Amino acid sequence: MQCDVCIIGGGLVGCSTALHLVRAGKSVVLVERDRIGAHASGANFGGVRRHGRNVLELPLSTRAFDIWRNMGTLVGNDCEFMPTGHLKIARSEAEMAVLEQWSSFGAEHGIPVVLHDRTSLRANFPWLNTSSFGASFCPGDGHANPRLAAPAFALRAGAEGAVVIQGDGATTVEDARDEFEVTLHSRRRIRAAVLVNAAGAWGRHFARYYGDEAPVEAVAPQMFVSEPVPYIIDAVLGMVTGGLYLRQIPRGNVIFGGGRGILDPNCHRSSPSDRVFAETVGLAGDLVPSLRDIAVIRSWTGVEGHCEDGLPILGPSPRRANLYHAFGFSGHGFQMAPAVGAVLSELIARGFSETDISALSPRRFTGAKSSILAESEI
Amino acid sequence: MRAAETLLRAGLSAALIDEAPLAGGQIYRQPPESLRRPARQLYGSEARKALALHESFSRLRTSIDYRPETLVWGAREKRLLLSGPAGNTELAFDKVILATGAMDRIVPVPGWTLPGVYSLGGAQVVLKGQACLIGKRPVFIGTGPLLYLVAYQYCKAGAEPAAIVDTSDFTAQIGALPRLLSQPATLLRGIWYNAALVARRVPVFRSAKPQKIEIRGRQLVVTFKRNGKSFEIGGDAVGMGWGLKPETQLAEILGCAFSFHAGSRWHLPRCDAMGRSSTEHVYIAGDASGIRGADAAEAAGELAAFAVLEDLGHTVPQTRRQRLLAHLARAERFRSGLERAFPYQVPELAGDTVLCRCENVTVEEVRAAISSWQISELNQLKALTRCGMGRCQGRLCGSAAMEVLAAETGVEISDVGSIRGQIPLKPLIGARFQRKAAP
Ligand SMILES: Cc1cc2nc3c(=O)[nH]c(=O)nc-3n(C[C@H](O)[C@H](O)[C@H](O)COP(=O)(O)OP(=O)(O)OC[C@H]3O[C@@H](n4cnc5c(N)ncnc54)[C@H](O)[C@@H]3O)c2cc1C
Repeated sequence: MQCDVCIIGGGLVGCSTALHLVRAGKSVVLVERDRIGAHASGANFGGVRRHGRNVLELPLSTRAFDIWRNMGTLVGNDCEFMPTGHLKIARSEAEMAVLEQWSSFGAEHGIPVVLHDRTSLRANFPWLNTSSFGASFCPGDGHANPRLAAPAFALRAGAEGAVVIQGDGATTVEDARDEFEVTLHSRRRIRAAVLVNAAGAWGRHFARYYGDEAPVEAVAPQMFVSEPVPYIIDAVLGMVTGGLYLRQIPRGNVIFGGGRGILDPNCHRSSPSDRVFAETVGLAGDLVPSLRDIAVIRSWTGVEGHCEDGLPILGPSPRRANLYHAFGFSGHGFQMAPAVGAVLSELIARGFSETDISALSPRRFTGAKSSILAESEI
Repeated sequence: MRAAETLLRAGLSAALIDEAPLAGGQIYRQPPESLRRPARQLYGSEARKALALHESFSRLRTSIDYRPETLVWGAREKRLLLSGPAGNTELAFDKVILATGAMDRIVPVPGWTLPGVYSLGGAQVVLKGQACLIGKRPVFIGTGPLLYLVAYQYCKAGAEPAAIVDTSDFTAQIGALPRLLSQPATLLRGIWYNAALVARRVPVFRSAKPQKIEIRGRQLVVTFKRNGKSFEIGGDAVGMGWGLKPETQLAEILGCAFSFHAGSRWHLPRCDAMGRSSTEHVYIAGDASGIRGADAAEAAGELAAFAVLEDLGHTVPQTRRQRLLAHLARAERFRSGLERAFPYQVPELAGDTVLCRCENVTVEEVRAAISSWQISELNQLKALTRCGMGRCQGRLCGSAAMEVLAAETGVEISDVGSIRGQIPLKPLIGARFQRKAAP
C-alpha cells in the first residue's frame, strides 16, 4: 500500500492527525494494533482542561480548547463535551499559593480563572466538603466522553478518505529509499513518504528505530464509576496535589480517578489495584461527602505514556527527516489531541504551524538536561 | 459445602465465603428463622438432599472459617478481597475453589422491565428465602427445566399459575430423550413435575414466541404467537428465564482461560474433569463452569476438593474419585440433552425492546449504533452504546447483546467477544472505604 502519510497508533492523537491530514489533501493510512481508542484514549477520565497545565503546553492546549467547543462541526459528534468549568481544590495555604501563581499565567494566555476562599467555595459548590482551604475555577473547561472521541475522529477520517486499519499492528519500520516501509503483523506493507509515531505508551519503541530517545514509561492511571445518582456536581474537580479528579455526567454516574493500577509485565494491558481502589474511593468520599453512600460499579485502568518531565514528545524527529513523533502525553493528551492533529498536519502539509510546540520537541532529550518542572496530574 | 467438607476431612484448614446469610446455595436456600417451614414444603422431592446437606454443614460449622453475608469483590494473585459484616478485609489463600453458581439467562421481551415481572430464579428466591410469592396467578415464560420446576413449586405453595409459555417445542424434547436417559432419576423428576402441572390443569404452551408483556388494569398480559396464531394470557405476575448462565466474573479476574461453549452459547472457564482451571491455584466446581445442576454440583465440589488435595500431595480415595467422575460424565451428557430439549434460541427481537435495563438501551438503538459505528465486538458495543455499562455490568443483558451483535454483523457468536469483568465484582458502597468520620 502506498500513501503520503502513515500513522502508527489509532488513539485520539493518531485519529485526529488522520482527519486533519485528509482534510489537508494527503493520502493517509492509519494503523492500529488493537481497536480504535482501545487504550488511553478510550479509557481516560475525559477531563478537558487547560486549567493548571504546564505553561509550555498552553499554546497547544488553548488551540485544543477552541476545537473542543466546535467538536460537533469538526467530526459530526460533539463527543458529549460539556463546558462545566474546572475547579481545582487547595487543601492548604501553600496549595492556594500554587493556584494564585497559575492564575497569572492563565491571564497571560487569555485564560481567566476565579479564585475562591473557603466561604465562597461553600456558597458556590455546596456539594463539596467543608474542609477545603480554597480553589480556583476555570470557566469553559469541562469534560467529554472518551469512549466516543477517537472512534468519532476515525469514522470521520475514514469517510473522508483515510484508510483505517484495525487489529493489525506495525511490527517494523524500515527505510526504503527516502520513504518508510512499515510492515504489519499480517505481513502487509505500507510505503509512506511521512511517518507519524502516535503509538502512545509504546511510542518510544518506534522512536528508537531512528535513535530518538525519550524517557517515557508506561503507567496505568486508575478510574472509577459510580451508579447513577441525581446530577449535582456541576464542575470537573481536580486537586492541586493531583491525587483525585472527579466529574459527574447528566446521566448521573460519578466518574473519578486517582492513583495507578497494575501493569502487565509486557506493559500491553493493565488492571485496577485493590489498594488504590480503597484509597481513591476513600478520597472521593472525603471530597464530596454524598459519595460515601453510593456504590462504585466499576474500576478500570488505561495504559499511558508518561514522560519524565510530564510533557509530551511532539514534533519532527531530530534525526530522520519526515518522521514525526506524537506520544507520551503524560496524562494530558485527551484534551490536547484534537489540536495535535491540527498542528501536525500543518507541519506536514505546509511546513509550519502558528501554534508554538517547540518546548515539546523530542529535541529536548538529545543532549542538555531540561529544567522543565513536572506536572503529573491528569 | 461439599468441597469444604472434603477438605476439612483431610485435615486442611478452609474458609467458606458466601454472599448469602445462610448456607444452602440457590437450590437449598434457607429462609430466616422467623419464616421456617418444613423442608418437605420448601424443597419438595429434594427435601432429603437439602436436609442432608444442611446437616452435614452444621457439623462443619465449628471447624471451618465460615463467613456468611460476605461478598468477594475482587482478587489478585493469592488474595481475595472481601466485603462483609467485618467491613472490608483480605484473605490470603493457597488454593481457591470457585463455586459461584449461576444466574438466570434472560431473553428480553417488550415489557420485561415492568413491575411484577421477575426472573425464574428471583421467583424461587422470594419463595424459598422470604416465603413470598411473586403472584397468586403468575405466568411463567421461557424454557428449560427451571420453568417447570418453579411452576411446580409455586403450585405446591398455593399459587395457581395462569400458564406456562415454553419457547421450545415438544419434538426437541422427545429428540433429546436418549441423552436425558443418562440421568433417569432427574428425567423422571422432570416428568413428574410436568404430570403434576397437568393434573393441576396448568395450561402449557410449547413452541411459543413471546411478543410482549403489558399492564392492563390490574393484570399483566402476556401476548405470544404459536403456529401463526396470537394468544393472550393474563396473570398477576410474570416469571421468565431461559435456563441459567454461569457466574464467571471471579474466574476471569483470577486470569482463568475461557473458551466458547456452543451448546450454551456462552464463554466458559476451561477446566479439566476434576475442576482444575488454567490458573494453577484456581479450581472451579458446580454451575460456575457449566450448568449441570445440583446433584452434579455436589459431586463436582467433592472432586474439586480432591484435585486440591492431589495437587498438595495428599492421596485421595480412588474408587470414590472414579464414582464421582462417572457421575459428572453422566451429568455432562444429560446437560447436552437438556440443551437439545430446551435450546436457547434468541428470537427476532422487536426494535423497541429494552435490551439493557440498567441503562435503558433499546434493541433498535443498539442496531443503529452497530451499523453507524461499524461495531464488531461486544466491549466496543458497550463503550459506544452504554449497553451493559450499568449496575449489573452486563450480567443480565450480555448474553442477548451478544446475540444481537452476531445477528446484525454476521460475525459468529463465538467471535463477538464477551463483556470484560473488572473489580468490584458487584456494586460496592463508598462508605466502606472511609477512613475518617464525616466532618
Ligand atoms: C486513566 C487515564 C485517565 C486520563 N485522563 C485524562 C484526562 O482527564 N484529560 C486528558 O487530557 N488526558 C487524560 N489522560 C491521558 C490521555 O488519555 C492520553 O494522553 C491520550 O489519550 C493519548 O492518546 P494517544 O493517541 O497518544 O494514546 P493511545 O490512546 O494509547 O493510543 C496509542 C495507540 O497506539 C497503538 N499502538 C501501539 N503500538 C502499536 C503498533 N506497533 N502498531 C499499531 N498501533 C500501535 C495502541 O494500540 C494505541 O491504541 C488519561 C489517561 C489515562 C490512562
